[in-house]
Amino acid sequence: MERQIHIEPVTRIEGHGKITVFLDSAGDVRDAQFHVTELRGFEQFCVGRTMWEMPGLTARICGICPVSHILASAKACDAILAVRIPETAQLLRRLMNLAQLVQSHALSFFYLSAPDFLLGWDCDPATRNVVGLIAARPDLARKGIRLRAFGQEAIDRLGGKRIHPAWAVPGGVNQALSQEDRAWMTERLPEARTTIQETLALFKSAFGDTKERDVLGDYPSLYMGLVRQDGAWEHYEGVLRIVDAKGRVVREHNPAQYAEIIQEASEPWTYLKFPYYQPMGYPEGMYRVGPLGRINACDRFDTPLAQAELEEFRAQSGGRSGRVFDYHYARLIEILAAIEEMAELLADDRITSPAIRAEAGVNAREGVGVHEAPRGTLIHHYWVDQNGIIEKLNLIVSTGHNNLAMNRAIREIAKIYIKKGKVSEGILNRIEGGIRAYDPCLSCSVHAVGRMPLRVEIVNAQGEVEATLSRD
Amino acid sequence: MERVTIKIDGRGIATSPGRTILDAAEENGIRIPTLCHLKGLTDVGACRVCIVDVRGQFVTACTTNVAEGMEILTDTEAVRAHRRMIVELLFAEGNHVCSFCVSSGGCELQDLACEVGMQSVRIPYAFPRNRVDASHPRFLIDRDRCVVCGRCVRACGEIEGARTWDFAERGSAVRVITDLDVDWGQAETCTGCGKCVDVCPTGALVLKGASNAEMRKKPDVVAHLAERRSHG
Repeated sequence: MERQIHIEPVTRIEGHGKITVFLDSAGDVRDAQFHVTELRGFEQFCVGRTMWEMPGLTARICGICPVSHILASAKACDAILAVRIPETAQLLRRLMNLAQLVQSHALSFFYLSAPDFLLGWDCDPATRNVVGLIAARPDLARKGIRLRAFGQEAIDRLGGKRIHPAWAVPGGVNQALSQEDRAWMTERLPEARTTIQETLALFKSAFGDTKERDVLGDYPSLYMGLVRQDGAWEHYEGVLRIVDAKGRVVREHNPAQYAEIIQEASEPWTYLKFPYYQPMGYPEGMYRVGPLGRINACDRFDTPLAQAELEEFRAQSGGRSGRVFDYHYARLIEILAAIEEMAELLADDRITSPAIRAEAGVNAREGVGVHEAPRGTLIHHYWVDQNGIIEKLNLIVSTGHNNLAMNRAIREIAKIYIKKGKVSEGILNRIEGGIRAYDPCLSCSVHAVGRMPLRVEIVNAQGEVEATLSRD
Repeated sequence: MERVTIKIDGRGIATSPGRTILDAAEENGIRIPTLCHLKGLTDVGACRVCIVDVRGQFVTACTTNVAEGMEILTDTEAVRAHRRMIVELLFAEGNHVCSFCVSSGGCELQDLACEVGMQSVRIPYAFPRNRVDASHPRFLIDRDRCVVCGRCVRACGEIEGARTWDFAERGSAVRVITDLDVDWGQAETCTGCGKCVDVCPTGALVLKGASNAEMRKKPDVVAHLAERRSHG
């Protein structure tokens, strides 16, 4: 008899989702689905608003990564104004994107995921959270919290607000960086760098044996991310590169023409669409974005410390890694790269110039803004009328790109832990951990601290609940 | 000089006849919240925010003249409750979303909501469907954020003398229009002076190109102009 297992809600991710595992008549895993059960409707209610409001409006999509939406939106609007923004505005936007990457990655690693593997997958859920981490590893937890706080404070000092700073505007940014704030960031970078280097060392000592990192599945896919013209890691501009599981370049494309290579499929059981690489079709065109996607897509880092880490990572993985768990590893390497680039930007005297905004009217009827959010490539695409009123928009958010891959991840993990109808202890944690590795951002809500009830239902083909497993 | 004696909140005040309750209160440092009132423009009592209690009757302070022996209460529990309800109705009638509004932080309606202690809107929102008119080269009107206070209509007619702005429709359907309800960019009478934008208390009339929370108005400009012209 076919059975279904539900995990609802999935905890310690940004938003609300649930998981269903389908078993075949032999009791083995037939399929698994990750459902996003929220509907937001931004692509509808932004229509009719002005393009100048779009950075502030679309920022409200998320309270974790509002900076990403503000930057992608401002870039799409730059394209509509058809201006080249002042170089200082460009440098400042890069700086804020890096600060965002540091705080978001630190949140994902220290608050949401580290409790799983530093405290143990099977330890008591009541303590398997950031509070438990503080109790067990106070020094590490304190450093992680300070690292995130540094990123948040840097965003605040740049944009005047930690969350939803409406600072990037069409044509540039609306507030220059003061010498005082520049000095504040510069002074705190060494501590941030030390923290991430220590965390990387700890991570490698705990998971140096790559077998340990197979726990969340290992499967090949395409990887996508922005790279510089010369193939180096990039987060704000450049070309959109897709590589295969071996790291061979499949395609390099102008990001503004993303629609030529990426299409979106819909499924009736989730509100989250499924983007795929169009030439390979659906669902074979599955690709992954985010930290692992980016470090697999690039040839190298342009900063020395991150490059050394990348070389070590690749030597250990035999090239590109398909391990879901390695998202955490990649996240740490990216924090290091971000801190290195922040130091370079802050050392550049152009960073405090007051020339930060280009003024222009509506010079194009369509604009695309693409950049790398912490969770992966973020695309804002607007169409406007001659007065700058939004007629249509398309948003492809980072979590969406990984939708196929997240579904694949939970299927792989379910296959390891469910055999012949027997559900092993700890499967719930691993499946959730598999989703959590991608750090999906399903909405603005955070469940970083606290516990929500987790329930597994085994449902037969007639829809009757055969058994219920619960943490409570 | 003729004087009248009144009481505001129990305080004896001597003022000139022909003054409004609002004038008398302001002269004596007594705060009464307002919205449609703007120094330099004719008062019309459109928004009702300045209501006060005159011996059990609620009247608008901006359009009611003082009279000998008048006893006025500006801050009773009932006055505060009515005032808060009036502000809630203004919010419920439009689509006022501060989080992405260009005027956030510089909006008189937002300040008013804070001043009257509005914590939430108890009335169902009307969610009207309005169209943003961005056809003017420099300005735009977002009727979602218009409270129909009529300051733009008065500034345009009384100070600039262009009479581009006027009202159309009645009751809850009333809205401000340019010329004979053409898009602003096609309004031939508009001089492009921008006084309507400066006097608008919300994010309804704004400079084109202003982004989230960037819009700051200069409503005092009409008082200066009116003053100088009166000496003309």
